[in-house]
Amino acid sequence: MDFNLFWSSLGPLLLGAVKGTIPLALASFALGLVLALLVAMMRISSNKLANGAGRFYVSVIRGTPLLVQLFVIFYGLPAIGVKIDPWPSAIIAFSLNVGGYAAEVIRAAILSVPAGQWEAGHMIGMSRNQTLLRIILPQAARVSVPPLSNTFISLVKDTSLASLILVTEMFRVAQQVAAFSQEFMLLYLEAALIYWVICLALSTAQTRLEKRLDRYVAH
Amino acid sequence: MSPTEPVLQVRNLTKAFGTNTVLRGIDLDVPRGKVVALIGPSGSGKTTILRSLNGLETPDAGSVTVGARGTVEAADAAHGEAGARGGSGVEPQLPSLTLDFGAKVSPREVAALRDRSAMVFQHYNLFPHMSVLQNVIEGPVRVQKRPRAEAVAEAEALLARVGLLEKRDAYPFELSGGQQQRVGIVRALALKPQLLLFDEPTSALDPELVDDVLAVIKELADEGWTMVIVTHELAFARQTADEVVFMDGGVVVERGPASQVLRNPQEERTQQFVRRLLHEI
Repeated sequence: MDFNLFWSSLGPLLLGAVKGTIPLALASFALGLVLALLVAMMRISSNKLANGAGRFYVSVIRGTPLLVQLFVIFYGLPAIGVKIDPWPSAIIAFSLNVGGYAAEVIRAAILSVPAGQWEAGHMIGMSRNQTLLRIILPQAARVSVPPLSNTFISLVKDTSLASLILVTEMFRVAQQVAAFSQEFMLLYLEAALIYWVICLALSTAQTRLEKRLDRYVAH
Repeated sequence: MSPTEPVLQVRNLTKAFGTNTVLRGIDLDVPRGKVVALIGPSGSGKTTILRSLNGLETPDAGSVTVGARGTVEAADAAHGEAGARGGSGVEPQLPSLTLDFGAKVSPREVAALRDRSAMVFQHYNLFPHMSVLQNVIEGPVRVQKRPRAEAVAEAEALLARVGLLEKRDAYPFELSGGQQQRVGIVRALALKPQLLLFDEPTSALDPELVDDVLAVIKELADEGWTMVIVTHELAFARQTADEVVFMDGGVVVERGPASQVLRNPQEERTQQFVRRLLHEI
Protein backbone atom coordinates (compact mmCIF):
# COMPACT_ATOMS: atom_id res chain seq x y z
CA MET A 1 0.00 0.00 0.00
CA ASP A 2 1.05 3.51 -0.72
CA PHE A 3 1.52 5.26 2.62
CA ASN A 4 2.30 8.55 0.99
CA LEU A 5 -1.18 8.43 -0.43
CA PHE A 6 -2.55 7.66 3.07
CA TRP A 7 -1.02 10.84 4.44
CA SER A 8 -1.77 13.02 1.45
CA SER A 9 -5.40 11.90 1.35
CA LEU A 10 -5.90 12.26 5.11
CA GLY A 11 -6.35 16.03 4.78
CA PRO A 12 -9.16 15.89 2.22
CA LEU A 13 -10.88 13.04 4.06
CA LEU A 14 -10.79 14.87 7.40
CA LEU A 15 -12.06 17.97 5.63
CA GLY A 16 -14.93 15.84 4.31
CA ALA A 17 -15.64 14.71 7.86
CA VAL A 18 -15.51 18.23 9.29
CA LYS A 19 -17.50 19.86 6.50
CA GLY A 20 -19.78 16.95 5.64
CA THR A 21 -20.14 13.99 7.97
CA ILE A 22 -20.10 15.81 11.31
CA PRO A 23 -22.40 18.77 10.52
CA LEU A 24 -24.76 16.43 8.69
CA ALA A 25 -24.95 14.12 11.70
CA LEU A 26 -25.27 16.96 14.23
CA ALA A 27 -27.97 18.84 12.33
CA SER A 28 -29.96 15.69 11.63
CA PHE A 29 -29.68 14.48 15.20
CA ALA A 30 -30.78 17.82 16.67
CA LEU A 31 -33.79 18.10 14.35
CA GLY A 32 -34.52 14.41 14.80
CA LEU A 33 -34.61 14.77 18.58
CA VAL A 34 -37.08 17.64 18.43
CA LEU A 35 -39.24 15.59 16.09
CA ALA A 36 -38.86 12.54 18.33
CA LEU A 37 -39.99 14.47 21.40
CA LEU A 38 -43.10 15.66 19.55
CA VAL A 39 -43.89 12.17 18.33
CA ALA A 40 -43.25 10.70 21.79
CA MET A 41 -45.73 13.20 23.24
CA MET A 42 -48.26 12.21 20.57
CA ARG A 43 -47.71 8.55 21.42
CA ILE A 44 -48.35 9.04 25.15
CA SER A 45 -51.27 11.41 24.69
CA SER A 46 -54.81 10.20 25.18
CA ASN A 47 -55.83 11.76 21.86
CA LYS A 48 -56.49 8.79 19.57
CA LEU A 49 -55.75 10.70 16.37
CA ALA A 50 -52.39 12.00 17.62
CA ASN A 51 -51.54 8.61 19.00
CA GLY A 52 -52.41 6.85 15.73
CA ALA A 53 -50.48 9.37 13.64
CA GLY A 54 -47.41 8.94 15.83
CA ARG A 55 -47.66 5.19 15.67
CA PHE A 56 -48.02 5.24 11.87
CA TYR A 57 -44.99 7.49 11.45
CA VAL A 58 -42.79 5.31 13.66
CA SER A 59 -43.97 2.20 11.85
CA VAL A 60 -43.15 3.59 8.38
CA ILE A 61 -39.74 4.89 9.40
CA ARG A 62 -38.71 1.71 11.15
CA GLY A 63 -40.21 -0.53 8.51
CA THR A 64 -38.40 0.90 5.48
CA PRO A 65 -34.66 1.12 4.67
CA LEU A 66 -32.95 4.44 5.24
CA LEU A 67 -31.43 4.28 1.75
CA VAL A 68 -34.91 3.95 0.25
CA GLN A 69 -36.13 6.92 2.32
CA LEU A 70 -33.17 8.94 1.08
CA PHE A 71 -33.83 8.01 -2.56
CA VAL A 72 -37.55 8.74 -2.33
CA ILE A 73 -36.80 12.26 -1.09
CA PHE A 74 -33.97 13.07 -3.49
CA TYR A 75 -34.78 11.09 -6.65
CA GLY A 76 -38.50 10.42 -6.11
CA LEU A 77 -39.98 13.73 -5.08
CA PRO A 78 -38.89 15.61 -8.26
CA ALA A 79 -41.38 13.36 -10.11
CA ILE A 80 -44.18 15.21 -8.34
CA GLY A 81 -42.48 18.57 -8.76
CA VAL A 82 -40.68 18.76 -5.43
CA LYS A 83 -37.01 19.27 -6.08
CA ILE A 84 -34.75 19.44 -3.05
CA ASP A 85 -30.97 19.94 -3.09
CA PRO A 86 -28.66 17.14 -1.88
CA TRP A 87 -27.83 18.65 1.51
CA PRO A 88 -31.38 19.50 2.60
CA SER A 89 -32.55 16.14 1.21
CA ALA A 90 -30.02 14.33 3.35
CA ILE A 91 -30.89 16.34 6.46
CA ILE A 92 -34.61 15.73 5.95
CA ALA A 93 -34.16 12.00 5.44
CA PHE A 94 -31.80 11.54 8.39
CA SER A 95 -33.91 13.70 10.73
CA LEU A 96 -37.06 11.79 9.86
CA ASN A 97 -35.19 8.55 10.43
CA VAL A 98 -33.73 9.60 13.79
CA GLY A 99 -37.15 10.96 14.75
CA GLY A 100 -38.75 7.56 14.27
CA TYR A 101 -36.22 5.60 16.30
CA ALA A 102 -35.64 8.18 19.03
CA ALA A 103 -39.38 8.72 19.51
CA GLU A 104 -39.71 5.20 20.87
CA VAL A 105 -36.67 5.66 23.10
CA ILE A 106 -38.01 8.93 24.52
CA ARG A 107 -41.51 7.54 24.92
CA ALA A 108 -40.22 4.60 26.92
CA ALA A 109 -37.97 6.88 29.00
CA ILE A 110 -40.86 9.21 29.84
CA LEU A 111 -43.03 6.26 30.82
CA SER A 112 -40.25 4.92 33.04
CA VAL A 113 -40.48 7.96 35.34
CA PRO A 114 -42.84 7.07 38.22
CA ALA A 115 -46.33 8.58 38.13
CA GLY A 116 -45.65 10.12 41.55
CA GLN A 117 -43.25 12.54 39.86
CA TRP A 118 -46.04 13.90 37.63
CA GLU A 119 -48.24 14.19 40.71
CA ALA A 120 -45.59 16.01 42.73
CA GLY A 121 -45.09 18.42 39.82
CA HIS A 122 -48.82 19.07 39.65
CA MET A 123 -49.01 19.36 43.44
CA ILE A 124 -46.57 22.27 43.48
CA GLY A 125 -48.74 23.90 40.83
CA MET A 126 -46.94 23.09 37.61
CA SER A 127 -48.80 22.67 34.35
CA ARG A 128 -48.41 19.52 32.29
CA ASN A 129 -45.76 21.12 30.08
CA GLN A 130 -43.86 22.61 33.00
CA THR A 131 -43.84 19.25 34.76
CA LEU A 132 -42.65 17.56 31.58
CA LEU A 133 -39.80 20.00 31.04
CA ARG A 134 -38.64 20.54 34.63
CA ILE A 135 -39.43 17.24 36.31
CA ILE A 136 -39.95 14.39 33.85
CA LEU A 137 -37.53 15.00 30.97
CA PRO A 138 -34.45 15.51 33.18
CA GLN A 139 -35.16 12.11 34.73
CA ALA A 140 -36.02 10.54 31.38
CA ALA A 141 -32.75 11.90 29.97
CA ARG A 142 -30.74 9.69 32.27
CA VAL A 143 -32.53 6.58 31.05
CA SER A 144 -32.36 7.52 27.40
CA VAL A 145 -28.69 8.48 27.09
CA PRO A 146 -27.44 4.95 26.28
CA PRO A 147 -30.04 4.14 23.59
CA LEU A 148 -29.90 7.66 22.12
CA SER A 149 -26.11 7.38 21.95
CA ASN A 150 -26.58 4.24 19.90
CA THR A 151 -28.91 6.12 17.59
CA PHE A 152 -26.39 8.93 17.20
CA ILE A 153 -23.47 6.60 16.53
CA SER A 154 -25.52 4.75 13.91
CA LEU A 155 -26.42 8.06 12.35
CA VAL A 156 -22.77 9.12 12.05
CA LYS A 157 -22.05 5.97 10.05
CA ASP A 158 -25.29 6.20 8.07
CA THR A 159 -24.34 9.65 6.78
CA SER A 160 -22.07 7.76 4.36
CA LEU A 161 -25.27 6.93 2.46
CA ALA A 162 -25.55 10.62 1.58
CA SER A 163 -22.65 10.05 -0.84
CA LEU A 164 -25.24 8.33 -3.04
CA ILE A 165 -27.24 11.54 -3.40
CA LEU A 166 -24.18 13.62 -4.24
CA VAL A 167 -23.46 15.11 -0.81
CA THR A 168 -19.75 15.72 -0.43
CA GLU A 169 -19.17 14.07 2.91
CA MET A 170 -16.17 12.01 3.93
CA PHE A 171 -17.05 8.77 2.18
CA ARG A 172 -17.69 10.52 -1.12
CA VAL A 173 -14.27 12.14 -0.86
CA ALA A 174 -12.78 8.69 -0.26
CA GLN A 175 -14.58 7.32 -3.30
CA GLN A 176 -13.30 10.15 -5.46
CA VAL A 177 -9.68 9.76 -4.32
CA ALA A 178 -9.94 5.98 -4.72
CA ALA A 179 -11.30 6.23 -8.25
CA PHE A 180 -8.52 8.60 -9.19
CA SER A 181 -5.65 6.64 -7.56
CA GLN A 182 -7.13 3.13 -7.94
CA GLU A 183 -6.11 2.50 -4.28
CA PHE A 184 -9.55 1.24 -3.17
CA MET A 185 -8.42 -0.83 -0.20
CA LEU A 186 -6.32 1.96 1.27
CA LEU A 187 -8.90 4.69 0.89
CA TYR A 188 -11.86 2.69 2.19
CA LEU A 189 -9.87 1.44 5.20
CA GLU A 190 -8.76 4.99 5.82
CA ALA A 191 -12.38 6.16 5.76
CA ALA A 192 -13.33 3.28 8.07
CA LEU A 193 -10.58 4.29 10.49
CA ILE A 194 -11.84 7.87 10.67
CA TYR A 195 -15.45 6.72 11.29
CA TRP A 196 -14.15 4.48 14.02
CA VAL A 197 -12.19 7.28 15.71
CA ILE A 198 -15.24 9.56 15.62
CA CYS A 199 -17.38 6.84 17.16
CA LEU A 200 -14.78 6.13 19.86
CA ALA A 201 -14.88 9.80 20.79
CA LEU A 202 -18.67 9.64 20.94
CA SER A 203 -18.56 6.58 23.19
CA THR A 204 -16.26 8.41 25.57
CA ALA A 205 -18.61 11.39 25.57
CA GLN A 206 -21.51 9.04 26.29
CA THR A 207 -19.75 7.57 29.33
CA ARG A 208 -19.03 11.02 30.71
CA LEU A 209 -22.59 12.17 30.14
CA GLU A 210 -23.95 9.08 31.90
CA LYS A 211 -21.68 9.72 34.88
CA ARG A 212 -22.84 13.32 35.02
CA LEU A 213 -26.51 12.37 34.94
CA ASP A 214 -25.93 9.67 37.55
CA ARG A 215 -24.72 12.07 40.20
CA TYR A 216 -28.12 12.22 41.88
CA VAL A 217 -28.72 8.48 41.96
CA ALA A 218 -27.65 6.03 44.65
CA HIS A 219 -24.86 3.71 43.54
CA MET B 1 -65.69 35.95 60.43
CA SER B 2 -65.76 33.37 63.17
CA PRO B 3 -62.73 31.18 63.80
CA THR B 4 -64.90 28.12 63.17
CA GLU B 5 -65.56 29.13 59.57
CA PRO B 6 -64.54 26.13 57.50
CA VAL B 7 -61.40 26.33 55.41
CA LEU B 8 -62.59 23.21 53.64
CA GLN B 9 -66.11 22.15 52.79
CA VAL B 10 -66.69 18.93 50.90
CA ARG B 11 -70.21 18.15 49.81
CA ASN B 12 -71.60 14.88 48.49
CA LEU B 13 -68.40 13.77 46.80
CA THR B 14 -68.75 10.65 44.66
CA LYS B 15 -66.21 8.81 42.58
CA ALA B 16 -66.11 5.52 40.71
CA PHE B 17 -63.22 3.86 38.95
CA GLY B 18 -65.04 1.88 36.28
CA THR B 19 -67.55 -0.28 38.14
CA ASN B 20 -65.76 0.19 41.46
CA THR B 21 -67.44 2.98 43.44
CA VAL B 22 -64.92 4.32 45.96
CA LEU B 23 -66.73 7.42 47.25
CA ARG B 24 -70.48 7.37 47.89
CA GLY B 25 -71.42 10.90 48.85
CA ILE B 26 -68.86 12.24 51.27
CA ASP B 27 -69.32 15.41 53.33
CA LEU B 28 -66.42 16.90 55.20
CA ASP B 29 -65.88 20.19 57.02
CA VAL B 30 -62.56 21.35 58.34
CA PRO B 31 -62.62 24.58 60.36
CA ARG B 32 -59.71 26.96 60.26
CA GLY B 33 -56.74 25.74 62.26
CA LYS B 34 -58.24 22.32 62.87
CA VAL B 35 -56.85 18.90 62.10
CA VAL B 36 -59.00 16.13 60.72
CA ALA B 37 -57.70 12.56 60.60
CA LEU B 38 -59.21 10.19 58.04
CA ILE B 39 -58.94 6.61 59.16
CA GLY B 40 -60.31 3.36 57.82
CA PRO B 41 -59.33 0.14 56.10
CA SER B 42 -57.51 0.26 52.75
CA GLY B 43 -59.89 0.77 49.88
CA SER B 44 -62.26 2.79 52.06
CA GLY B 45 -61.77 5.86 49.85
CA LYS B 46 -59.81 8.08 52.23
CA THR B 47 -56.83 8.56 49.93
CA THR B 48 -59.18 9.29 47.01
CA ILE B 49 -60.74 12.13 49.00
CA LEU B 50 -57.35 13.56 49.82
CA ARG B 51 -56.22 13.37 46.19
CA SER B 52 -59.44 15.05 45.08
CA LEU B 53 -58.57 17.99 47.34
CA ASN B 54 -55.38 18.55 45.33
CA GLY B 55 -56.85 17.93 41.90
CA LEU B 56 -54.97 14.67 41.49
CA GLU B 57 -58.28 12.86 41.19
CA THR B 58 -61.44 14.18 39.59
CA PRO B 59 -64.60 13.16 41.43
CA ASP B 60 -67.69 12.37 39.38
CA ALA B 61 -69.96 14.66 41.38
CA GLY B 62 -70.08 16.80 44.47
CA SER B 63 -68.23 19.96 45.36
CA VAL B 64 -65.14 21.14 47.16
CA THR B 65 -64.85 24.63 48.65
CA VAL B 66 -61.54 25.89 49.96
CA GLY B 67 -60.92 29.14 51.72
CA ALA B 68 -62.76 31.71 53.69
CA ARG B 69 -65.64 33.52 52.09
CA GLY B 70 -65.13 37.19 51.49
CA THR B 71 -62.39 39.41 50.20
CA VAL B 72 -58.67 39.10 50.53
CA GLU B 73 -58.71 42.07 52.96
CA ALA B 74 -61.23 40.36 55.19
CA ALA B 75 -59.23 37.18 55.13
CA ASP B 76 -56.15 39.19 56.01
CA ALA B 77 -57.81 40.85 58.98
CA ALA B 78 -59.18 37.52 60.15
CA HIS B 79 -55.75 36.05 59.91
CA GLY B 80 -54.26 38.68 62.19
CA GLU B 81 -57.01 38.04 64.71
CA ALA B 82 -56.92 34.26 64.69
CA GLY B 83 -53.15 33.98 64.37
CA ALA B 84 -53.62 30.93 62.21
CA ARG B 85 -51.17 29.61 59.64
CA GLY B 86 -47.71 29.29 61.03
CA GLY B 87 -44.44 30.35 59.48
CA SER B 88 -43.21 33.79 58.65
CA GLY B 89 -44.34 36.22 56.02
CA VAL B 90 -47.86 34.94 55.47
CA GLU B 91 -49.37 36.19 52.24
CA PRO B 92 -52.85 37.62 52.04
CA GLN B 93 -55.17 34.67 51.64
CA LEU B 94 -56.78 33.87 48.34
CA PRO B 95 -60.52 34.30 47.92
CA SER B 96 -62.58 31.20 48.43
CA LEU B 97 -62.94 28.73 45.62
CA THR B 98 -65.64 26.21 44.88
CA LEU B 99 -65.21 23.39 42.41
CA ASP B 100 -68.42 21.74 41.30
CA PHE B 101 -67.50 18.33 39.95
CA GLY B 102 -71.02 17.78 38.64
CA ALA B 103 -70.05 20.19 35.86
CA LYS B 104 -66.83 19.99 33.91
CA VAL B 105 -63.94 21.36 35.92
CA SER B 106 -61.47 23.45 33.93
CA PRO B 107 -57.67 23.17 34.23
CA ARG B 108 -57.71 26.73 35.59
CA GLU B 109 -59.99 25.70 38.42
CA VAL B 110 -57.77 22.74 39.22
CA ALA B 111 -54.77 25.09 39.24
CA ALA B 112 -56.62 27.41 41.62
CA LEU B 113 -57.36 24.45 43.90
CA ARG B 114 -53.65 23.61 43.94
CA ASP B 115 -52.89 27.22 44.87
CA ARG B 116 -54.82 26.58 48.05
CA SER B 117 -53.83 23.09 49.07
CA ALA B 118 -50.53 21.24 49.25
CA MET B 119 -49.91 17.57 49.69
CA VAL B 120 -47.36 15.39 51.45
CA PHE B 121 -47.13 12.02 49.72
CA GLN B 122 -46.82 8.57 51.21
CA HIS B 123 -43.71 7.88 49.12
CA TYR B 124 -42.39 11.46 49.48
CA ASN B 125 -42.13 11.91 45.68
CA LEU B 126 -39.22 14.30 46.01
CA PHE B 127 -37.60 15.30 42.73
CA PRO B 128 -34.51 13.06 42.63
CA HIS B 129 -32.59 15.26 40.19
CA MET B 130 -32.81 18.31 42.43
CA SER B 131 -31.08 19.14 45.69
CA VAL B 132 -33.13 19.50 48.86
CA LEU B 133 -33.18 23.27 48.47
CA GLN B 134 -34.19 23.10 44.81
CA ASN B 135 -36.99 20.71 45.72
CA VAL B 136 -38.35 23.23 48.18
CA ILE B 137 -38.03 26.41 46.09
CA GLU B 138 -39.13 24.92 42.77
CA GLY B 139 -42.82 25.71 43.39
CA PRO B 140 -42.36 29.15 44.96
CA VAL B 141 -39.89 30.29 42.26
CA ARG B 142 -41.11 28.54 39.10
CA VAL B 143 -44.84 28.52 39.71
CA GLN B 144 -45.57 31.30 42.17
CA LYS B 145 -42.89 33.51 40.57
CA ARG B 146 -41.62 34.75 43.90
CA PRO B 147 -38.16 36.32 44.12
CA ARG B 148 -35.54 33.62 44.36
CA ALA B 149 -33.66 35.17 47.29
CA GLU B 150 -36.85 35.39 49.31
CA ALA B 151 -37.83 31.81 48.47
CA VAL B 152 -34.36 30.55 49.43
CA ALA B 153 -34.42 32.42 52.76
CA GLU B 154 -37.83 30.97 53.60
CA ALA B 155 -36.82 27.49 52.50
CA GLU B 156 -33.74 27.65 54.69
CA ALA B 157 -35.78 28.78 57.67
CA LEU B 158 -38.23 25.92 57.15
CA LEU B 159 -35.43 23.38 56.68
CA ALA B 160 -33.80 24.63 59.88
CA ARG B 161 -37.09 24.08 61.71
CA VAL B 162 -37.17 20.40 60.76
CA GLY B 163 -33.45 20.04 61.49
CA LEU B 164 -32.33 19.62 57.89
CA LEU B 165 -30.61 22.90 57.08
CA GLU B 166 -27.23 21.21 56.76
CA LYS B 167 -28.76 18.94 54.09
CA ARG B 168 -29.83 21.81 51.84
CA ASP B 169 -27.42 20.80 49.06
CA ALA B 170 -27.86 17.04 49.42
CA TYR B 171 -29.81 15.01 46.87
CA PRO B 172 -32.82 12.99 48.03
CA PHE B 173 -31.01 9.65 47.63
CA GLU B 174 -28.52 10.76 50.27
CA LEU B 175 -31.28 11.16 52.88
CA SER B 176 -33.08 8.63 55.06
CA GLY B 177 -36.79 8.08 54.51
CA GLY B 178 -37.62 10.20 57.54
CA GLN B 179 -35.45 13.03 56.28
CA GLN B 180 -36.98 12.79 52.81
CA GLN B 181 -40.46 13.00 54.27
CA ARG B 182 -39.51 16.05 56.33
CA VAL B 183 -38.30 17.66 53.10
CA GLY B 184 -41.65 16.64 51.58
CA ILE B 185 -43.40 18.50 54.39
CA VAL B 186 -41.19 21.56 53.93
CA ARG B 187 -41.87 21.51 50.19
CA ALA B 188 -45.59 21.63 50.93
CA LEU B 189 -45.21 24.38 53.56
CA ALA B 190 -43.13 26.53 51.21
CA LEU B 191 -46.17 26.79 48.92
CA LYS B 192 -48.02 28.60 51.73
CA PRO B 193 -51.22 26.66 51.26
CA GLN B 194 -54.42 27.25 53.20
CA LEU B 195 -54.82 23.53 53.61
CA LEU B 196 -52.18 20.86 54.19
CA LEU B 197 -52.91 17.31 53.06
CA PHE B 198 -51.00 14.28 54.34
CA ASP B 199 -51.42 10.94 52.59
CA GLU B 200 -50.25 8.26 55.03
CA PRO B 201 -47.08 10.28 55.66
CA THR B 202 -45.37 7.61 57.76
CA SER B 203 -46.56 4.37 56.12
CA ALA B 204 -43.44 4.00 53.98
CA LEU B 205 -41.04 4.70 56.83
CA ASP B 206 -39.02 2.32 58.95
CA PRO B 207 -40.59 2.25 62.44
CA GLU B 208 -37.70 4.05 64.09
CA LEU B 209 -38.07 7.00 61.70
CA VAL B 210 -41.80 7.50 62.21
CA ASP B 211 -41.63 9.58 65.38
CA ASP B 212 -39.50 12.40 63.95
CA VAL B 213 -41.98 12.93 61.14
CA LEU B 214 -45.01 12.73 63.41
CA ALA B 215 -43.40 15.25 65.77
CA VAL B 216 -43.08 17.73 62.90
CA ILE B 217 -46.71 17.26 61.90
CA LYS B 218 -47.83 17.65 65.52
CA GLU B 219 -45.90 20.91 65.75
CA LEU B 220 -47.64 22.22 62.64
CA ALA B 221 -51.01 21.29 64.14
CA ASP B 222 -50.15 23.18 67.32
CA GLU B 223 -49.19 26.19 65.22
CA GLY B 224 -52.65 26.35 63.75
CA TRP B 225 -52.25 24.94 60.26
CA THR B 226 -55.43 23.49 58.83
CA MET B 227 -54.78 19.87 57.92
CA VAL B 228 -56.35 16.69 56.64
CA ILE B 229 -54.34 13.58 57.46
CA VAL B 230 -54.89 10.08 56.18
CA THR B 231 -53.20 7.85 58.71
CA HIS B 232 -53.04 4.44 60.31
CA GLU B 233 -51.27 5.83 63.39
CA LEU B 234 -54.17 5.86 65.82
CA ALA B 235 -52.14 7.07 68.79
CA PHE B 236 -50.91 9.96 66.70
CA ALA B 237 -54.43 10.71 65.48
CA ARG B 238 -55.66 10.78 69.07
CA GLN B 239 -52.96 13.23 70.14
CA THR B 240 -53.05 15.47 67.11
CA ALA B 241 -56.44 15.44 65.44
CA ASP B 242 -59.37 17.54 66.54
CA GLU B 243 -61.73 15.32 64.66
CA VAL B 244 -61.45 11.74 63.49
CA VAL B 245 -63.47 10.52 60.52
CA PHE B 246 -63.78 6.76 60.11
CA MET B 247 -64.56 5.62 56.57
CA ASP B 248 -65.41 2.26 55.16
CA GLY B 249 -66.67 1.29 51.73
CA GLY B 250 -66.78 4.84 50.43
CA VAL B 251 -68.97 6.27 53.18
CA VAL B 252 -68.31 8.01 56.48
CA VAL B 253 -69.25 5.50 59.14
CA GLU B 254 -68.51 7.59 62.18
CA ARG B 255 -67.04 10.94 63.01
CA GLY B 256 -66.42 12.95 66.11
CA PRO B 257 -63.78 14.24 68.51
CA ALA B 258 -60.64 12.12 68.30
CA SER B 259 -60.85 10.80 71.85
CA GLN B 260 -64.46 9.74 71.41
CA VAL B 261 -64.12 7.94 68.07
CA LEU B 262 -60.90 6.19 69.01
CA ARG B 263 -61.65 5.35 72.66
CA ASN B 264 -65.32 4.87 72.60
CA PRO B 265 -66.51 4.19 69.06
CA GLN B 266 -70.26 3.82 68.63
CA GLU B 267 -70.40 1.91 65.37
CA GLU B 268 -69.50 -1.74 65.19
CA ARG B 269 -67.29 -1.35 62.12
CA THR B 270 -65.31 1.38 63.87
CA GLN B 271 -64.94 -0.74 66.96
CA GLN B 272 -63.61 -3.66 64.92
CA PHE B 273 -61.18 -1.46 63.02
CA VAL B 274 -59.83 0.30 66.09
CA ARG B 275 -59.53 -2.95 68.03
CA ARG B 276 -57.65 -4.63 65.18
CA LEU B 277 -55.18 -1.78 64.78
CA LEU B 278 -54.61 -1.52 68.53
CA HIS B 279 -53.94 -5.24 68.66
CA GLU B 280 -51.25 -4.86 66.04
CA ILE B 281 -49.45 -2.38 68.27
